[in-house]
Amino acid sequence: MTAIQKHGPWALVGALGAAALSIVAVERGEAVNALWIVVAAVCVYLIAYRYYSKFIADKVMRLDAKRETPALRHNDGLDYVPTNKSVLFGHHFAAIAGAGPLVGPVLAAQMGYLPGMLWILAGVVLAGAVQDFMVLFVSMRRDGRSLGELIRAELGAVPGVIALFGTFLIMIILLAVLALIVVKALAESPWGTFTVMSTIPIAIFMGVYTRYIRPGKIGEVSVVGFVLLMAAIFGGGQVAASPVWGPAFTFTGTQLCWLLIGYGFVASVLPVWLLLAPRDYLSTFLKIGTIVGLALGIAFVAPHLQMPAMTKFVDGTGPVWAGSLFPFLFITIACGSVSGFHALISSGTTPKLIANEVDARFVGYGAMLMESFVAIMALVSACVIDPGVYFTMNSPAALVGTTPETAAAAVTKLGFATTPEVITQTAADVGEHTIISRAGGAPTLAVGMAHIISSAIGGKGMMAFWYHFAILFEALFILTAVDAGTRACRFMVQDLVGLVAPGFKKTDAWGPSIVATAISVGAWGYFLYQGVTDPLGGINTLWPLFGISNQMLAAVALTLCTVVIFKMKREKYAFVTIIPTAWLCICTLTAGWQKIFSADPKIGFLAHAERYATAAAEGKLLAPAKSADQMSQIILNDRIDAVLAALFIALVVAIAVFGIMACMKALRADRWTALETEPRMVAAE
Amino acid sequence: MMPAQGFRNQLRTLTKCVCDGARLMVGQGDYAVYAEHIRRTHPDREPMTETEFFRNRENARFGVGNTSGFRCC
Repeated sequence: MTAIQKHGPWALVGALGAAALSIVAVERGEAVNALWIVVAAVCVYLIAYRYYSKFIADKVMRLDAKRETPALRHNDGLDYVPTNKSVLFGHHFAAIAGAGPLVGPVLAAQMGYLPGMLWILAGVVLAGAVQDFMVLFVSMRRDGRSLGELIRAELGAVPGVIALFGTFLIMIILLAVLALIVVKALAESPWGTFTVMSTIPIAIFMGVYTRYIRPGKIGEVSVVGFVLLMAAIFGGGQVAASPVWGPAFTFTGTQLCWLLIGYGFVASVLPVWLLLAPRDYLSTFLKIGTIVGLALGIAFVAPHLQMPAMTKFVDGTGPVWAGSLFPFLFITIACGSVSGFHALISSGTTPKLIANEVDARFVGYGAMLMESFVAIMALVSACVIDPGVYFTMNSPAALVGTTPETAAAAVTKLGFATTPEVITQTAADVGEHTIISRAGGAPTLAVGMAHIISSAIGGKGMMAFWYHFAILFEALFILTAVDAGTRACRFMVQDLVGLVAPGFKKTDAWGPSIVATAISVGAWGYFLYQGVTDPLGGINTLWPLFGISNQMLAAVALTLCTVVIFKMKREKYAFVTIIPTAWLCICTLTAGWQKIFSADPKIGFLAHAERYATAAAEGKLLAPAKSADQMSQIILNDRIDAVLAALFIALVVAIAVFGIMACMKALRADRWTALETEPRMVAAE
Repeated sequence: MMPAQGFRNQLRTLTKCVCDGARLMVGQGDYAVYAEHIRRTHPDREPMTETEFFRNRENARFGVGNTSGFRCC
């Protein structure tokens, strides 16, 4: 085949992508069609997959189609099973896709669509997909061992413990921020609350069905569950309209916070088959279905982007979250560009199911590109709605007040003209009392999705249905994550405490289980409560902490990959992981530093604490505190957040130092020092 | 083979692939593959029944001490 035949079509894809990018990037005073963003993204993914992932597979990893994978070596028909690569792609994608890629881009839209889009594309190609692919490779060559074990083996025992401790902290912050998103979406919304609450009896019914009536029949029970869910959405509309039931399902943020904490505790000690597993079926299938539906919706409706390419908020004065483009954009969009959490998935079940080494490229790199595409769609959804509505929904109540009049005036003053009528009408369209200050990303995304899907199916009359469908879809998999995560945290606590008190490790004993669950729920519940009562909306505080911790884990995982490359004596290709590692270290360290020490109380935790401490010393009260006790609570919260950010910084620095030392040692060695499982070739058939 | 039959076979393969994919997304592997594996490699052992297999996989996904229940952000 000649070079033209081989590369010609790809050159055309590249040219198309470049054209689409220039259409999107160059401001011409008219609204750009969202399809150009989609086209640009798909072209970038295709080129990156064809060339960059191939380069990594062939040169850096030297994947060998004849080498035995863990699935072949340890085949037991259960955990280790050689699996069709398309089937495995679905499994891996479903495991990595969650709320992160949906929320981050929505929040980032305050700077316009362009910065977010560029970071999503550049981030996934050079960092996110590389991380997922590399970790999958490293784990696959080591019997599918987990990230913690891999770090312990290749970097040493101390970095291993540090990484595990970091994972625990991330889990806590992640659970708090996810729960906060649900609280923000359901507060004062009887329709949403009723719908989400009805998923509990629906899931329990499904659990009993698959346990006792027709065991293992996931397909049929999911169809029944889905029909019941749709009925619950319609029922929610009736409930919200009812003068009796409407108020009964209307809760404030604080009430929902306590309900969620109680739910998290109970759900994570119940047997898995009763609630967790059946809801997992619903949330997984609904997630995949909605993602496909949204993609079709965008392709079919081809909406125009209302948000400008760049807003003036790139300077850091935006109302949605504080901080300038660098470094905060790069931690606000974590999943979708690069997410450290994926390192846990890539070293979890997936490496044990790979049938052939070369499949790792499609599964590892490919699935992450797909996740990035989800982030692009979320960005599009946030940018097709009226910017006035976007800022009304995402600005804190402290800034926009609580009535349509104050909100319209405040948002117009920000530079995005809107009227009280528009705000009231949008709320009525989606069947809510109010859309003012509904931060957290989920409601905004739901309005965007309702806007797109109702243009294709049902028209304006169906908008409220689609809005609550979108809220349900997000709340459903967030709740699944909350109880699966609380369970995982509980085992981590039992393991950690078990180091000093071995009896505590017994996972089937009631006492230790309850205590460990209470510790886990208490930890994320604390941050959730702090977020719910925060005058700046909570997301402002928690999302950056979550972003920093997630990117930090990515830096840790990429450090491991870099060390492995050095140990394989392929250091001339180490730039593949060194560039993203360095970039993530720069971003997380700068962001962490600013979160602690920035003199701006909107950004810096200590400056914020100082402001309250000064006022408290003068005997004054600052909103939202209503008493001296609450004043000192806010000060304490700020200081705890500052300590947490400092811990994250220390963690990144420690792992980076251990990583550099391990690389130097590998460089001095005169031979291969990576600890792969002894290679064995697949027997010829 | 008739073309229509070839098409039907392809459709059957596709459907199986989609169903397997959907089941594996929630942690349920292929029972037939498991049973076949046990019969081939451990003829002395009786494979788990389909229901036992289902419960085994459910526990493996969310069960005690396991981190595979990790859900992403």
